[in-house]
Amino acid sequence: MATPLIAVRDLTKIYPTARGEQVQALSRVNLDIRPGEFVSLVGPSGCGKTTVLRILAGLIRDYAGSVSLRGQAMRGPSKDVGVVFQDANLMPWRSAEANVMLPVEVLGLDRKAMRPRAKELLAMVGLEGFERKLPNELSGGMRQRVAIARALIHDPALLLMDEPFGALDAMTRDTMNVELGRIAARSNKTVFLITHSIAEAVFLSDRVLVMSSRPGRIVEDIRIELPRPRDLDIIASPIFSSTVVRIRRLLDGEDATALPSIAH
Amino acid sequence: MTDAALRIAIPEPRPRGAPLWLRRRPELVLTPLVFLVLVALWQAVAWSGVVSAFVLPAPSAIAASLVAGLRSGLFLQHGLVTLAEAAAGFAIAVAAGLVVGTLIAEIRLLERTVYPCLVAIQTMPKIALAPLLVVWFGFGPGSKIAVAAIISFFPMLVTTIAGLRDTDRGRLDVLLALGAAPLRCLVSAKLPGALPHVFSGLSIAAVFALTGAIVGEFVGASAGLGYLIVQANARLNIPQVFALLLVLGGIGVLAYGTIQALRRRLLFWAPKEERSSP
Ligand SMILES: Nc1ncnc2c1ncn2[C@@H]1O[C@H](COP(=O)(O)OP(=O)(O)O)[C@@H](O)[C@H]1O
Ligand SMILES: [Mg+2]
Repeated sequence: MATPLIAVRDLTKIYPTARGEQVQALSRVNLDIRPGEFVSLVGPSGCGKTTVLRILAGLIRDYAGSVSLRGQAMRGPSKDVGVVFQDANLMPWRSAEANVMLPVEVLGLDRKAMRPRAKELLAMVGLEGFERKLPNELSGGMRQRVAIARALIHDPALLLMDEPFGALDAMTRDTMNVELGRIAARSNKTVFLITHSIAEAVFLSDRVLVMSSRPGRIVEDIRIELPRPRDLDIIASPIFSSTVVRIRRLLDGEDATALPSIAH
Repeated sequence: MTDAALRIAIPEPRPRGAPLWLRRRPELVLTPLVFLVLVALWQAVAWSGVVSAFVLPAPSAIAASLVAGLRSGLFLQHGLVTLAEAAAGFAIAVAAGLVVGTLIAEIRLLERTVYPCLVAIQTMPKIALAPLLVVWFGFGPGSKIAVAAIISFFPMLVTTIAGLRDTDRGRLDVLLALGAAPLRCLVSAKLPGALPHVFSGLSIAAVFALTGAIVGEFVGASAGLGYLIVQANARLNIPQVFALLLVLGGIGVLAYGTIQALRRRLLFWAPKEERSSP
């Protein structure tokens, strides 16, 4: 088996609060993500999902445990990672295309050579003809698609996404899920997706990691044995619904009684 | 009755009377109207002789003085002096305010050490420094530029710091996740994001700079609109004092309008209310 792209061992994170207390956000989190895999992380709100993503993105550096990217200990942000946040976080003074080009400028890549790629990526996320538009002229879904194109421009091996479609309506969200599945499969990206939608996680992923709260740790690693990319028809399949129900139960049990651990 | 019948029965209300632009922006006509009524009242009071012409000259006398001053080139010559002093002071204040504000917002140690001192100075009425500055910088334009720069520096400083503190965390995260250096974060996210605040500072600073130049001229000068006002006052030429105030008002409106136009151009991306507010 290939070496993992990301390997997390005994990751523990404690936040100091303003009042001098401590919040343990993560406790001994272990996870591996192999190249080309699509892995989702689901869990109740506040269980530490965003914390995991921010550590993988290199935005949080004070933690215990180890995180390695391609076998190398991770120190801060990497060029080989693209991040899509919960909000699109576009620069409102930049056009859609200029927003997609931002990583090119920051990483000091060749602007001229990359401009056609920015256009291609915008076309890939369905925004052909919107290159010149400002963020405030785009809908929420369109803005999030610009953010996805921006995360892909420097061709990172790993795409990190933190509830990227959380703010979208259900129909737009379904469309975006199908598109994301296609983009991930076509560009052969490794994707780590955080979501609070179980259906979204099952629909898109090779594996769904289920996280418990207070402190956050991973309690289940569920493989979805369906070929990718998938279309919305699989929602009707028995595997889909039984997996969704299984994860639902895990999370409900977690919410109700905060079990110390869940046996496999 | 059916819907269709109702729709036929009730005709569409047709726009009547005033044209659309007038109904939408009645102030375009009403504001000048209010102004004219006030001036007319003023003129009536002046003609009635209730108030001495020394205290309150008639609008007609002020207008005559204004026209004479503009015709002779006197107002233009001195107006340019004041404008140049104010503009120089303003430019210094803007540059210094942006630089010092950025340093204070970016460097924690400066925020802790330098900023409290600046806040202490800010609470002092800086206009009181004018006589001292005339002693230090002389009767020429230097002292006026200094007064203008000092009092307009603070609004620039405060708004720059406020704007940089208001930085959107999410936009910053995008840059940090790419490994961006602090300078890159400043240029690509923080400073553009601070512009709405900075423009509020610019509007205030422009008015302050003009005030500073005039006060500097009051204290001691041989040219400028402030100098002319003091001269006219001393000669009890009250209509000319009023005429000069009008010229000053005109310069103020011009400066404010220029900044607003620039604001609309540079903040094309901002929400509407941030594009035009003071
Ligand atoms: N910067 C912070 N300072 C203090 N506590 C934090 C901070 N960020 C997150 N936390 C706490 O850590 C826990 C996990 O947060 P987070 O990772 O955002 O959860 P999730 O994304 O699963 O909703 C929460 O209890 C939250 O209150
Ligand atoms: Mg979160």
